Amino acid sequence: MATAPEPKPFIARTWDYVTETQIWKSIFRHGMPDTNRNRVLVVMTNVFLHLHPVKIRKSGIRLKFTWCMGGLTFFLFLVETFTGLLLMFYYRPTVAYAYMDIVDLAEQVPLGIMREIHRWGAHAMVITVWLHMFRVFMTGSYKPPREFNWNVGVILLVLTLLLSFTGYLLPWDQLAIWAITVGSNMARATPLLGHEGPGAQLLVLGDVKMVHAGSDARFALLGGRFVGEGALLRFYVLHCVGIPLVAGILMAIHFWRVRKDGGISGPL
Amino acid sequence: MGAINAVKDAINFLTAPAIFISLAAVLFFIAVPRRAFWTRRVAMVGTILGALFVGVSMLDPDFALIVKKADNVPIVAMLFLVGFFLWLSLSQAHENDARIAAGEPPVEGTPREAEKTWVWPDLVYTEMLCMVIGMIVLVVWSLALAAPIEEPANPARTPNPSKAPWYFLGLQEMLVYFDPWLAGVVFPSLIIVGLMAIPYIDVNPKGNGYFTFKERKVEIMLFLFGFLILWVLLVLLGTFLRGPNWNFFGPYEYWDLHKLEALNNVNLSEYVFVKWTHLGLPRNMLLRELPGILAVLFYVGVLPGLLAFRHRILGLPIGLKKYYDRLGPWRYAVFVMLLLSMIALPIKMVLRWTLNLKYIIAMPEIFFNI
Ligand code: HEM
Repeated sequence: MATAPEPKPFIARTWDYVTETQIWKSIFRHGMPDTNRNRVLVVMTNVFLHLHPVKIRKSGIRLKFTWCMGGLTFFLFLVETFTGLLLMFYYRPTVAYAYMDIVDLAEQVPLGIMREIHRWGAHAMVITVWLHMFRVFMTGSYKPPREFNWNVGVILLVLTLLLSFTGYLLPWDQLAIWAITVGSNMARATPLLGHEGPGAQLLVLGDVKMVHAGSDARFALLGGRFVGEGALLRFYVLHCVGIPLVAGILMAIHFWRVRKDGGISGPL
Repeated sequence: MGAINAVKDAINFLTAPAIFISLAAVLFFIAVPRRAFWTRRVAMVGTILGALFVGVSMLDPDFALIVKKADNVPIVAMLFLVGFFLWLSLSQAHENDARIAAGEPPVEGTPREAEKTWVWPDLVYTEMLCMVIGMIVLVVWSLALAAPIEEPANPARTPNPSKAPWYFLGLQEMLVYFDPWLAGVVFPSLIIVGLMAIPYIDVNPKGNGYFTFKERKVEIMLFLFGFLILWVLLVLLGTFLRGPNWNFFGPYEYWDLHKLEALNNVNLSEYVFVKWTHLGLPRNMLLRELPGILAVLFYVGVLPGLLAFRHRILGLPIGLKKYYDRLGPWRYAVFVMLLLSMIALPIKMVLRWTLNLKYIIAMPEIFFNI
């Protein structure tokens, strides 16, 4: 004697209904990823997931192998982008306002931890990017065919440090301006291009020095002879727009290349 | 009390740059190649000792003052993280070496590991887990520790010490040994160029895609020496052990603004013309600096060639003929210049610590000091 099929529970029926609507189907072009076909489709039809291949070596997803350090670095980059955007609502990059805007942020916003997340996330990102490079070196993953991607990585490393460096100035407190002063003083000593660099004295037109405190590498970096209004604006623009834009593009290339170079490295 | 102070004094003494860096370097060369140092037990003992050291030291007000500075907390965390991941990579490397020696593939190369699996769900879930844990850590950390804000910027009041952001403190520490044009411009550029050159000058095809030490000993030792000793260690030194006037202060020492350090550093020219030959310093700058110029020219001009054609020099196995043969002239030239630049720092350090040598070439007239 055949029994009648159990009626589906309410939630399952709702789910079925929702996933059958035209709206849902227009967004997701696959069913639940519980069949191999759908697992492929999930990765291939999603712009974010398709940075991944569809299948991957088991050794490549072991945490012991990648430490997920590149992934964490990227994650921190996203966190920084998001919290940075919120901070931009409150922060004005001028000598008159910058410091007070930061103080207000701490005093006026209840339970506001955006600045904290942004600052600690930045420190963390510097650490994770070092550890990621360290992992990639230790597994020899820069060897052919991944030489180029290692180089993209090195540039990303430099950009990460520059992001952090430019951000360091923005609170406009004693810590900020003096750290940047110390850091940018180095540019004074650039060979030929810094006014205290070796060889700069040789660049003269008649009696006129070509490289002096008002025309050297440091001046170009700071937009002035010292860390002031010009430097604050320059660093702000680089920090919020210039460097993130370049870093974002390079990350896209970096991930794409991980795939194109045959996925996470493994013994041949 | 007496015993505690004796221990503190001992640690203050041992952390002075000359001793600290030398000890770390010795430990580095002993420990990294030996499997016995990278077992679970050593990791556990190391973690516990490290945590005990930091924990107990927090009772010391001077130590606590520096370590509790909000911006320094991540650097303490970094110390443990670097230690942990060093262990994680080297323990796997030595394990794989043992497997390879026994004729087995490295762990990453076993059929089970080489098998392919689905990105969804396996990888995507791992990534999500990392993200969730990362987010939790970040939120807890942010709730617990407020972001610092100091007094408003005041261009007229220079704080002492004035420090660069923490990740550049290794470079600032280099300023003790080299002038800004080298420590702040040339060496950082060379670090970047050197990192970029690695895939092109390392022609060893082995060790691609798995942890191993034996198959890439020299590469790993060189890279780790740069990363651990010349970068991370110097960052720690610059953060925790450098106080006012960039003087050295032990971890339990009060940062005294008026601490005096005898500065009796001597230039090579003074050694040659005053101390050794009693000729008196020549007036002419180039003549005066001739010994140093010759030394530097030898270092960058002659030494690379010498190393390229010898296996041993003065009986020591420091010749690079093997590498010259393997790399060919162009790769070798890049490799040896990067190598010599990297070693220049420890060489200058040792010269400073032993001979109080200030500059090898000193031409302040044209800002050219080495
Ligand atoms: C903002 C900085 C960076 C981000 C977001 C990033 C992200 C990633 C991610 C997500 C992966 C996949 C595997 C993994 O997680 O380990 C990866 C792989 C890789 N990264 Fe990065 N990375 C960055 C910087 C670097 C740096 C500094 C280097 C080296 C100097 C580097 C070299 C590589 C290489 C060679 C691979 C392929 C590894 C393999 O196939 O095993 N990346 N990166």
